[in-house]
Amino acid sequence: MQHAIEAEGLVKTYGKGAKAVRALSGVGFAVPRGTVFGLLGPNGAGKSTTTKILTTLSTPDSGSAVVAGLDVAKEPGRVRHAIGYVPQKPCFDPTATGRENLTLQGHIYGLSRSDIRARGDQLLERFGLADAAHRVTKTWSGGMQRKLDVALALMHRPRVLFLDEPTTGLDPEARADMWAEISGVTRADGVTVLLTTHYLEEADHLADRLVIVDRGQVVAEGTPEELKGGLDGDTVQVELADPGQQGSARAAIAAVRGVSAVGADGARLHASVGNGAATLPGLLAALEGAGVPLASVTVARPSLDDVYLRHAGRSFHSADRAGLDGTEVAA
Amino acid sequence: MSATLAPVAPARPDVQHGLALRQTAYLIGRSLRILRREPVYLAFTLLQPMVWLLLFGALFERVADLPGFGDISYLEYLTPGVIVMTAMMSAGWAGTAFIDDMQRGVMDRNLTSPVSRGALITGALAYQAVVTVVQSLIVFGVGLLAGARYDGGVAGVLVVLLCATLLAVIFAALSCAVALMLRSQESLIGVSQFLTLPLAFMSTVMMAPALLPGWVGTAARYNPVDWAARAGRDALLGHPDWSAVLGRAGLLAALTLVMAWLATRAFRAYQRSV
Ligand SMILES: Nc1ncnc2c1ncn2[C@@H]1O[C@H](COP(=O)(O)OP(=O)(O)OP(=O)(O)O)[C@@H](O)[C@H]1O
Ligand SMILES: [Mg+2]
Repeated sequence: MQHAIEAEGLVKTYGKGAKAVRALSGVGFAVPRGTVFGLLGPNGAGKSTTTKILTTLSTPDSGSAVVAGLDVAKEPGRVRHAIGYVPQKPCFDPTATGRENLTLQGHIYGLSRSDIRARGDQLLERFGLADAAHRVTKTWSGGMQRKLDVALALMHRPRVLFLDEPTTGLDPEARADMWAEISGVTRADGVTVLLTTHYLEEADHLADRLVIVDRGQVVAEGTPEELKGGLDGDTVQVELADPGQQGSARAAIAAVRGVSAVGADGARLHASVGNGAATLPGLLAALEGAGVPLASVTVARPSLDDVYLRHAGRSFHSADRAGLDGTEVAA
Repeated sequence: MSATLAPVAPARPDVQHGLALRQTAYLIGRSLRILRREPVYLAFTLLQPMVWLLLFGALFERVADLPGFGDISYLEYLTPGVIVMTAMMSAGWAGTAFIDDMQRGVMDRNLTSPVSRGALITGALAYQAVVTVVQSLIVFGVGLLAGARYDGGVAGVLVVLLCATLLAVIFAALSCAVALMLRSQESLIGVSQFLTLPLAFMSTVMMAPALLPGWVGTAARYNPVDWAARAGRDALLGHPDWSAVLGRAGLLAALTLVMAWLATRAFRAYQRSV
């Protein structure tokens, strides 16, 4: 199978000396042509850094990458013609109308006037922006603006599209809308999409394959199904009324028949079990016997969150918070 | 895959050159559009040079009575100086547009497109040149209305426009380079303020050469603002020594090239940091 993207051993450090931050420590993956590939990870995982290297914006300290059959280090100019890039930050011009934004983008890529007109119409129509096209974009809704960012990146018909957090900050409706557009891009144009996201549901919903990135490393790779299938079974999650009882609760759960592992994340404990429904009564009885009152109990089929927990050793949300607090991986 | 959606072929090197020129033109168009859509900013861009001319003209009117100014009015003496000073001061802001683009994703997107770094810089510089020509013509108009007469005629006016434009491009390039290296609006404004006011005063913009204190006179010899002011004034007010005018214009042109090169290089500094 031919790959649209191949990355190998990407290492990137920002800054020097004591202040150096190791953003990537050996990221590698391959993306089959015409598929949506997810780069899932918490804040500071290295998603944007990886994207910047693949789009020729940034150069790695070591490692190599081939995009659309072209080496990003050796032929950045040709790579730039073959790719579209939506940065994490908004990239439309707020003082211009939707149409003007698309037209300038077309000129930058050297498209002909008639092609710019036709392609602009086509994209405005497809993204549902045609009615607003003549309005200055700073008056548009956030969802429309983000769709324009994507449309801009598609103007020159790239073969590979990079979307860095295309739905962050959008309301659920706008997000669902964007999901439909992204699936449409691969289906209609055969474009390969690499998408980074914080949202487990997003990766689960959109990605044909994905990697989970944590602290500059790939910790898991596969289709969403493969990754979930790699887990033992269901998860029982209990939330303690009193977080101070974590120790005794953990011991009580671990002793229950059918529980293969217990993880803790503050007041929440997760038990990996073969069959949730069968194990639950025993587990609840054990906690009651140990005198541990609960705030809530849930049984869940494996989710990407569990995959993440398993591979990164912490829950996705606590990792995200840690990333936001600026806990960085020193070089 | 339908024909219209076929992937683009990478541009051939022989079409790249024409493309870069067209890209520059579209980038200038974009900047002018931003200016047009910000009426307050546009008004101040046009008003500021008038204020300089009339304010300084009134403030220092009697200065021209001092020996050293010859038999021209202070307003006439001041016109080319105010033009080049305005050119420098507005150009100092050129980098702020780059910083806006960096704070949004626009710069990153442009740098991953086939637009050349050269076109991004020349687009910004050429836009500044257009603004400078318009501002300069306004100053001339205000000067004429206020009663100034320029003996150098059309040739003199053209020399002033040329020198002001070169000076604007020099400072716009410097501003873009600083923007790419420091990536902060505050730092850029700080650097720009720190440079422009002293450079304007360490020159013959407002004071006749013979009246400058010794060390200021020496400093002025190395000050591009002074090169532009003197060349413009000589050409505009009577009987110029054309070789001196050409010499100063040549210095400005050389510095323009150096600064434009520096600004293009500064993209590397930016890309290392992202
Ligand atoms: N330009 C930069 N200069 C210095 N450090 C940087 C820079 N860009 C990223 N980093 C650091 O590199 C690490 C990886 O950052 P990156 O932006 O790739 O993460 P991310 O997965 O995209 O996170 P987020 O979800 O917050 O966008 C972080 O620790 C970040 O602080
Ligand atoms: Mg990011």
